[in-house]
Amino acid sequence: MAPLFPAFSVVLPEFILAAGALVLVLIGAIRGERSNGLVSALAVALIAAAGIAVAFQGGERAEAFGGSFVVDNFARFMKMLALIGSAAALLLARDFFQRAKLDRFEYPILVVLATLGMMMMISANDLIALYLGLELQSLAIYVIAAFDRDNARSSEAGLKYFVLGALSSGMLLYGSSLVYGFTGTVAFPGIAAAVAGGHGGTGLIFGLVFIAAGLAFKISAVPFHMWTPDVYEGAPSPVTAFMASAPKAAAMALLVRVFVGAFPDIIGQWRQIIVFVAIASMVLGAFAAIGQRNIKRLMAYSSISHMGYALVGLAAGTANGVQGVLIYLALYLAMTLGTFACIIAMRRESGQVETIDDLAGLSNSQPVLAFLFAMLLFSLAGIPPLAGFFAKLYVFGAAIEAKLYGLAVIGVLASVVGAFYYLRIIKLMYFDEPKAGAYQPMAPEVRFVLGVSSVVVILFWLAPASIVAAASAAAKSLF
Amino acid sequence: MYHAIVFLPLVGFLIAGIFGNKIGARASEVVTTSLLAVACALSWVAFVRVGFYGEDAQVKIASWIVSGSFSVDWAFRIDTLTAVMLIVVTTVSMLVHLYSIGYMHEDPARPRFFAYLSLFTFAMLMLVTADNLLQMFFGWEGVGLASYLLIGFWYEKPSANAAAIKAFVVNRVGDFGFLLGIFLLFVLFGTASFDELFPRVGELADAKFHIFGHDYHALTVAAFLLFMGAMGKSAQFLLHTWLPDAMEGPTPVSALIHAATMVTAGVFMVARMSPVFEYAPAALTFVTVIGGITAFFAATVGLVQNDIKRVIAYSTCSQLGYMFVALGVGAYSAGVFHLFTHAFFKALLFLSAGSVIHAMHHEQDMRHMGGLRRYIPFTAAMMTVGNLALTGFPFTAGYFSKDAIIEAAYASHNPAAGFAFIATVIAALMTSFYSWRLYFLTFEAKPRWGEHAEASHAHGHDAHGHAHGHDDHAQDDHAHDDHGHGHGHDLKPHESPLVMLIPLAVLAVGALFAGGLFKSFFIGENYDAFWRGALFAGPENHILHEMHDVPTWVVWSPFVMMVLGFVLALWFYIINPRIPVSLAQSNPILYRFLLNKWYFDEIYDFLFVRPAKWLGTFLWKKGDGWLIDGFGPDGVSARVVDVTNRVVRLQTGYVYHYAFAMLIGVAAFVTWYLVGGAH
Repeated sequence: MAPLFPAFSVVLPEFILAAGALVLVLIGAIRGERSNGLVSALAVALIAAAGIAVAFQGGERAEAFGGSFVVDNFARFMKMLALIGSAAALLLARDFFQRAKLDRFEYPILVVLATLGMMMMISANDLIALYLGLELQSLAIYVIAAFDRDNARSSEAGLKYFVLGALSSGMLLYGSSLVYGFTGTVAFPGIAAAVAGGHGGTGLIFGLVFIAAGLAFKISAVPFHMWTPDVYEGAPSPVTAFMASAPKAAAMALLVRVFVGAFPDIIGQWRQIIVFVAIASMVLGAFAAIGQRNIKRLMAYSSISHMGYALVGLAAGTANGVQGVLIYLALYLAMTLGTFACIIAMRRESGQVETIDDLAGLSNSQPVLAFLFAMLLFSLAGIPPLAGFFAKLYVFGAAIEAKLYGLAVIGVLASVVGAFYYLRIIKLMYFDEPKAGAYQPMAPEVRFVLGVSSVVVILFWLAPASIVAAASAAAKSLF
Repeated sequence: MYHAIVFLPLVGFLIAGIFGNKIGARASEVVTTSLLAVACALSWVAFVRVGFYGEDAQVKIASWIVSGSFSVDWAFRIDTLTAVMLIVVTTVSMLVHLYSIGYMHEDPARPRFFAYLSLFTFAMLMLVTADNLLQMFFGWEGVGLASYLLIGFWYEKPSANAAAIKAFVVNRVGDFGFLLGIFLLFVLFGTASFDELFPRVGELADAKFHIFGHDYHALTVAAFLLFMGAMGKSAQFLLHTWLPDAMEGPTPVSALIHAATMVTAGVFMVARMSPVFEYAPAALTFVTVIGGITAFFAATVGLVQNDIKRVIAYSTCSQLGYMFVALGVGAYSAGVFHLFTHAFFKALLFLSAGSVIHAMHHEQDMRHMGGLRRYIPFTAAMMTVGNLALTGFPFTAGYFSKDAIIEAAYASHNPAAGFAFIATVIAALMTSFYSWRLYFLTFEAKPRWGEHAEASHAHGHDAHGHAHGHDDHAQDDHAHDDHGHGHGHDLKPHESPLVMLIPLAVLAVGALFAGGLFKSFFIGENYDAFWRGALFAGPENHILHEMHDVPTWVVWSPFVMMVLGFVLALWFYIINPRIPVSLAQSNPILYRFLLNKWYFDEIYDFLFVRPAKWLGTFLWKKGDGWLIDGFGPDGVSARVVDVTNRVVRLQTGYVYHYAFAMLIGVAAFVTWYLVGGAH
């Protein structure tokens, strides 16, 4: 039995975020609207500090709060991803909200709180901690989805997300209670032991299905994806960028930890759900994106599809599979943030534009932006030697190792279909005549995010070892 | 030395082809022509050394293909047959190069022209020096390519392009047979090299080859297939249709490729493969029949053609028939001898015709000529020499070689020999007639080119009293390459420049004396010392002795025919010019039959071209467009769009639909596990 109050270092990153968020609220409350810039900068600093704290945690497994909170290589890897995603979302937001007259100090605070939720999700080692982290993250995101509250579409997005999120939370809770009821414990190791001991049966499977549904909602996997296009389109672009990056990584981490950590002995059962969800996500994401004209909506379907590919690695259920998932998420994060940086850069005198036709002829007016965007899109389509290709290579390789040939073949075919809509955007940028003038120059923060993610995406093949080795160590900590 | 002969033209081709536009047309002409001159001089040295001093040679250049037991070298086989071909090819080629400097002097693309000429010469030399079947095939295809390029040299003219494609395609038919023949010989002997193959032919004299459920005499099948290649390349009956159309190319090309050298490649090949043919009597009979038919058929068509080049083209076709008759009856040396002499006088005729065309500002229709002797007397004299040699006037080149063929045909024991004898004798009559008809229409009688203006074409139609609406013949009537000079100004014919006349003179010497000088070596008493086994004759084959013992009337028959033809032509076109018109009018069917070349183009169009086009269109529209595209790329993308539209419609925007989808999903999973998934 671990002590109730753990070594402080185990929860240091979370503590930094929690305490920092409270301080930011105070600063905001006292200084009002004038504090926006300060709060935003401090929020980034907090996340950076948390990142440093995560980096300095030891590589060995450590638990806190009676085993309900665990820090291992897997958690550290995912926390770094979540923190990077959050920081980038804050950077992307600053200039955008200023121009949209939405510059309020609550946004950074909400992002920090959401990040705290993600950190707790990632480290959750029992069903209670899982739910706590998930809800903290979700509530913060419900609010920022509707952050442009005078805009009907943004409000609608927030409301839809909230209603459906509540439904999914209900399912998750119901599933959790079933699992608790049939195994007698909420701790993942305990559940694993009970399952290995033959407890559970159909009731346990029911619980598993409901938990899976609740988590699949968060990663917007088919058929729990329906909210994604509407919310992505309606929410302000930086919020969309945030939703598409860090929370996806956190929810996927949770999914991996629940299935691999709590139900390792009935992989045959849950693999069926994962395989179905993965295929449905890859195929639907690929087909539906073709019909989109709005770039954010298109990216919504793109993210559905990418979550499907990541799930292919989980379906394998092996260390290599999990390693594939982690690499996929890391590279997906870079691609998504870079792409949204490009989307946020789509601003003319008249305001923000969002349809893909607005990208026509971009290569003439802004060749550098067009080139980086094209590289990111090629990478999303999985074209060698860009990062997206390797991401797919690892998950499909794991699936082949696990003898899931059908899944791998369907995945590759779906990515062929999916390549179409990415390539169409590139064709628009390079071969079509521009309709309106050039975009306004990018803000330096956006430029920075785009630059860093482009470097990762374009040059990953030169030095893949750092990410691959970290992911490998992280995956091994689960087995 | 042999390296130089073969590769100097290649060097010329590369220089003119790659740097032609940089170094200019004049430099290209000089480089290619002088390189050819060197090759030509070396060839004569080689001829003397090989033919008279017996210095056969075997020159290995490089190993080409080594694959398992199959190995082929780049190598030259230099024996008398090769040496004869070397001098024919390089001499005519050199003269044509020289002549072209004058003939093509207005063409802007001269570097390309000379590059092609040199490329052709290289390929032809590769063919005749080949040491194995595969290398011969390389040269065979190389000359086909060069021929294609040169026929289509004026590629702005649709008719030239069509002719080039026709030549290529018809030759493919023959080449296919040739290639199969090579395969079969390789299957039988396990080698493509002549040195290994020829000594072993006797071993397999009775071998059978099983194909299509029957056993066939293997060597006969091989010889048939090889001869199919020869039929294509040498424009023999059934595969002859490309040769007249090939006259769309510049006239020097016609002289070089379509008279003197390339078209004789088939004759050369059969002579080279004589060891195989000697063991395939059925194939030899076939060769004789085809040769006889060609000699007769082409001569009949030549009687009525109006285009000066086409008359000579059919004449070439006919003379090639003579050569194959000689080969078919086993008198290989007589065939090669005729090839040798024919090269001189036919090149002379073509180049003279070119000189006429040049003088007439690229007019080719003989009905618009006449009376030209006074204006271009030298050309007229050269044409006369060419005619004399072609028709076999005593002691000219053609007299020795052609009469030898007719005698051999008479003396042969080949089942088809009687037919071949009659065909060649009658063809001799027609040869004489159309040759002199050409001469009289062009050089004698009263000039018809003075009135040659816009309206004169109508006159041309009336004069010969035939009505036809067929494209191809309309084309005949207008067959003049409207390249270079314009019509209408300065119509007075002019003699060609010296650079064109010198080749004529040289060829005229050959046409007069090549026969008498070399007769004893090719087919006479020095036969054995000269050939030394380069041509194979079976133990039963004594044709060369027997042909000297034919009755006197046989010896005289070609001479009589020649005189008769001359008199007829004189009567028809000088003494009483109304006769041809009334003859044509009284026998319209026969006239049109001949004018339309026995309707071969029409028959082939109906039998092959249109079905092939139909099949092509069918496969294109239905096979590719409907089936492959429809169910392949287009169909798949259309289905993708369908699926996309359906999927997009799922996204209604209503929260309760979304919630419903989630619940359905959960329900589906649960049901799945309840029904059978959970175990």
